[in-house]
Amino acid sequence: MPTQKREGRIEGVLLPLLLVILVIVAAVTVAFARHFGWWLRPLASEHGAAIDRLFVITLVITGLVFILVQSLLALFVFRYRGENGRRAIFYPDNPRLEITWTVIPAAILTALILSGGRLWSRIQLTPPPPDAFAVEVWGQQFKWAIRYPGKDGKFGRTDMRLISGDNPLGIDTKDPASKDDIFFPAGEGELHIPVGKPVVVYLRSKDVIHSFYVPQFRVKQDAVPGMVTRVWFVPTKKGTFEIACAELCGQGHYTMRGVLIVEDEEKVREWLAQQSTVADLIP
Amino acid sequence: MQWRTTMALVSSLALALGLSCAQKKQEPKVVKTGAAAGTATIKGVVKFQGTPLKPRMISMKQDKKCDALHKGKPVASDEFVLNSNGTLKWVLVYVKNPPKGNYKPPSKPVVLDQKGCHYTPHVFGIMVGQPLEILNSDGFLHNVHFIGKKNPQFNQAQPTSAVKIRKQFKSPELPPDSYFKCDVHPWMKAWVGIFDHPFFAVSGDDGSFTISGLPAGTYEIEAWHEKLGKQTQKVTVKAGETKTITFTFKR
Amino acid sequence: MAHEVHAHSEVHHEPKSFWTKYIFSQDAKIIGIQYLITAFVMGFIAMVLSWLMRLQLGFPGKAFPWLEKLLPNAAQGGILNQDFYLAAVTMHGTIMIFFFITAAGTGGFSNFLIPLQIGARDMAFPFVNMLSYWVYLAACIVLVASFFVPGGPAGGGWTMYPPLSSTKEALMGSGWGATLWLIALALFIASTTMGSLNYITTVLNLRTRGMTMGRLPLTVWALFITAILGLLSFPVLFAAAVMLLLDRHLGTSFFTPYLVVSDKHIPHEGGNPILWQHLFWFLAHPEVYIAILPSMGITSEVLATNARKPIFGYRMMVASIAAIAFLSFIVWGHHMFVSGMNPMLGTAFMTTTLLIAVPSAIKTFNWLTTLWGGNLRFTTAMLFAIGFVSTFVTGGLTGIFLGNPPIDIQLHDTYFVVAHFHFVMGVSAVFGLFAGVYHWFPKMFGRMMNETLGKLHFWLTFIGVYFIFFPMHYLGFLGVPRRYYAFDQYEFIPQALVHNINVVISIAAFLVGAAQLLFVLNFLWSAFKGPKADRNPWKANTLEWQAPSPPPHGNWGDELPVVYRWPYDYSVPGAPEDFIPQTVPPTPARVRGDGGDGGQQR
Repeated sequence: MPTQKREGRIEGVLLPLLLVILVIVAAVTVAFARHFGWWLRPLASEHGAAIDRLFVITLVITGLVFILVQSLLALFVFRYRGENGRRAIFYPDNPRLEITWTVIPAAILTALILSGGRLWSRIQLTPPPPDAFAVEVWGQQFKWAIRYPGKDGKFGRTDMRLISGDNPLGIDTKDPASKDDIFFPAGEGELHIPVGKPVVVYLRSKDVIHSFYVPQFRVKQDAVPGMVTRVWFVPTKKGTFEIACAELCGQGHYTMRGVLIVEDEEKVREWLAQQSTVADLIP
Repeated sequence: MQWRTTMALVSSLALALGLSCAQKKQEPKVVKTGAAAGTATIKGVVKFQGTPLKPRMISMKQDKKCDALHKGKPVASDEFVLNSNGTLKWVLVYVKNPPKGNYKPPSKPVVLDQKGCHYTPHVFGIMVGQPLEILNSDGFLHNVHFIGKKNPQFNQAQPTSAVKIRKQFKSPELPPDSYFKCDVHPWMKAWVGIFDHPFFAVSGDDGSFTISGLPAGTYEIEAWHEKLGKQTQKVTVKAGETKTITFTFKR
Repeated sequence: MAHEVHAHSEVHHEPKSFWTKYIFSQDAKIIGIQYLITAFVMGFIAMVLSWLMRLQLGFPGKAFPWLEKLLPNAAQGGILNQDFYLAAVTMHGTIMIFFFITAAGTGGFSNFLIPLQIGARDMAFPFVNMLSYWVYLAACIVLVASFFVPGGPAGGGWTMYPPLSSTKEALMGSGWGATLWLIALALFIASTTMGSLNYITTVLNLRTRGMTMGRLPLTVWALFITAILGLLSFPVLFAAAVMLLLDRHLGTSFFTPYLVVSDKHIPHEGGNPILWQHLFWFLAHPEVYIAILPSMGITSEVLATNARKPIFGYRMMVASIAAIAFLSFIVWGHHMFVSGMNPMLGTAFMTTTLLIAVPSAIKTFNWLTTLWGGNLRFTTAMLFAIGFVSTFVTGGLTGIFLGNPPIDIQLHDTYFVVAHFHFVMGVSAVFGLFAGVYHWFPKMFGRMMNETLGKLHFWLTFIGVYFIFFPMHYLGFLGVPRRYYAFDQYEFIPQALVHNINVVISIAAFLVGAAQLLFVLNFLWSAFKGPKADRNPWKANTLEWQAPSPPPHGNWGDELPVVYRWPYDYSVPGAPEDFIPQTVPPTPARVRGDGGDGGQQR
């Protein structure tokens, strides 16, 4: 196709225009996302503050790079749109320039790696304090089952082979630690936890992989059959929250909702005292 | 033949109504569709003695839509329902050794509804080959999951009330082997007894049941309750006779 | 002349019948076109599936009577059911990633471009090459057949995590559907492996005189490294797929522990579901680069040709492809930060993951600098190549969030991830493929595509994809989980806002889908009725433009071309024209070196 008088009169203007609109819309909507309510759900846990901070830092850095690169793209497409008779600049390489844009991203990323790594080890590699409030949450298609250790603070032994209609979690009633356990079959209970106190949730699954996700707590951890996973956090706000399943678990995945109630510790204890125990429920 | 079919229709309609509403007393049912139709009737009542099970309360908080149907209040489970006259509801009673014969299943379907995130009825009997119509009055997602040992399992979603599921069973089977559950609402359960004869009933709000149309003979009558197990009695009836028996479950 | 033809046919016996020439062809160019067309047909199927998903997400609970007529078993009452929704999600992902993008990129463009651009007559193993296509076609047929089996196609997501995928009680699609999925994938891997061996051998052994590694066009570099990646990573998934089949059908317990699914005891013993995730992502992370690298190569080539400028930093471009390829093998764990894998590993995988952003940044800045000071010619291919840079940047930057495990805790498995991977490896890769088709169509069919229709296709697609995928970032901020059939159960999800966003996305998705019909139309019309193309319509340097359009069997007449220079001598000062093909000897113009290994000739 031979070059005509001036190719790309439309494209060389329209494409930069679209990119500029993209940059402006993206920048404005992200900058005012919190204002519009297009933002992270209001925070309700202690460790979440640091996650949110890192999120915002990353958003600012990537946002600036986004604006820079898309604007340069728009600028170059506009500025260098084809003209007959003009010849492009022969500019095959410039090691200094290339080293610059190797080193700068590498430096920024190193900083992010360091801060991310530090936060990760604080959240995930630190064991929960020994006096943390413990609860076990089981995933099951398509609701959550709950077990509290009871007065002795110890979970009784379980065995998947013991699971039956009367004993939905396979609790071994021969284990003395199991007698005072409090459990709720999938879908039937509420998860009550104390505010302002470390809470450790042990996650298990009866069937497929589920994921325990509480958006306001900045908590997400898979529940995997055949093993026990753990997540711990300190709730900072009282109220009712939702547990969502964040790992595809089948047909009813989107309905796998759980209810989590954060209240004062005495109230939790009071509520727990009213519940039936394994000794009451399993013959 | 005409009146027999009509009677079969009427009686199974009555059965379906009785079961789905679960309010009315079980009508005497005269299903005489095949050979060995008789005129004897066994009536009875299921009593309970001892300390009743603590009613298990189901909080439906985990499902917003179910919870809204019950205005946020927990709902008692159907697993142990003690009637005000001290009798037990939801006991499946059936003849263990039915008279030999080929019993034609009624063509009128048994209706199983999902209402208020509960299966209604909670316990029911159905004949092999008899249509089962599964409704979803709630109008949001339920999945009908039948579990059995002799009949093939099925697991079918019912996203709206527009979707009706029709099924038939191939082999006789008794609970606790055969039941329905809903994986979306794991507390939902319905027990089904599948029979190749029409001699079965479920105890209602007054704990009574009636099995009729039996030819003269000696029968083993079994009663099954999901939490309290099984009991059996031997009864001999003559033609045209009505006998009354009592089952007593203790705890 | 007669003598030449004779000499030629001694080397390559040209097939005469329609069947051997166009169907059971061993000619890499024909195989490449077969691959491309099959892959685009598969891509179209996957796009229709995405329409069905968007129909549900944009208009939940609305009954469409026509839908029930179309899919009587999947849309009773005119509403798509949950099982089919998940099947659509799964098949959309599987087809788009493996059967469309990978097949079109590696199968299509490797076959068409590698022999032509290195000056070879054909692939090293033409028969294996033909076999590779037919096995791929068999894989496609098996996969599509799964729409017609009891229970429907696989529904466990394209990642097929067991036990959901290994237990037929857990999901409708985990019966026949999952079996066929695994068989289709195993066939696909067999096909890719045959292809990769061929591409690697061909690039290493069949380059023409003067075509040193340092003079290879970046397309060939990208396709070559892609082939190495595929050869090393795909067999791992093959092994995993066989193990999963054994778990499913012979009662082994590689991935499946003791389960109680819907009250039923399933007596597996001691299997570990996370093992599958490791094996799967060991392939599937390199796989996303297998999907994107060919498009990066195409973009480099198209940008340089149409900016009339050498690609900026050729050596860095090659090095960054190699670096991406190497790093891609050690980043797979970033898909598993919250999977229950030892969190210590999270730190390691975070480091490698964020490092992979460095070569990606280099490539982006080098593309930008290639445009700087150019004399841009906006062919449709060029527009798609520029679009590639834009969407790749948009998608790449969000990877920095997800690669950082504390942030990933919040964003994992939300719509943020959907936005990220669609931009970075979905849309970008497809833009690269479109750029490639528009650019090399004249060489494939000897005819030009219609540029007006092509540009309309670009504008609608480019604007549309931003409307589809950009708002998903905000859904991700809001914490909306992905793979949800509906969102009405949750109070933390602002219903009205999320619904409105979903309506916009759905409408945009329908429009973008419809715009692809322009491409289909243009492709078919141009293949038969387009204006005839000459040898080198874009005034490009690489070797294929020295062959006739379309090149005959064996590509080059009697003599193989000889290469004297690198492929990016555009706008060389003092040269009579603004391009110097690789076959032009150094004498008349100033020679710009070979860009690589000191110009040693083989």
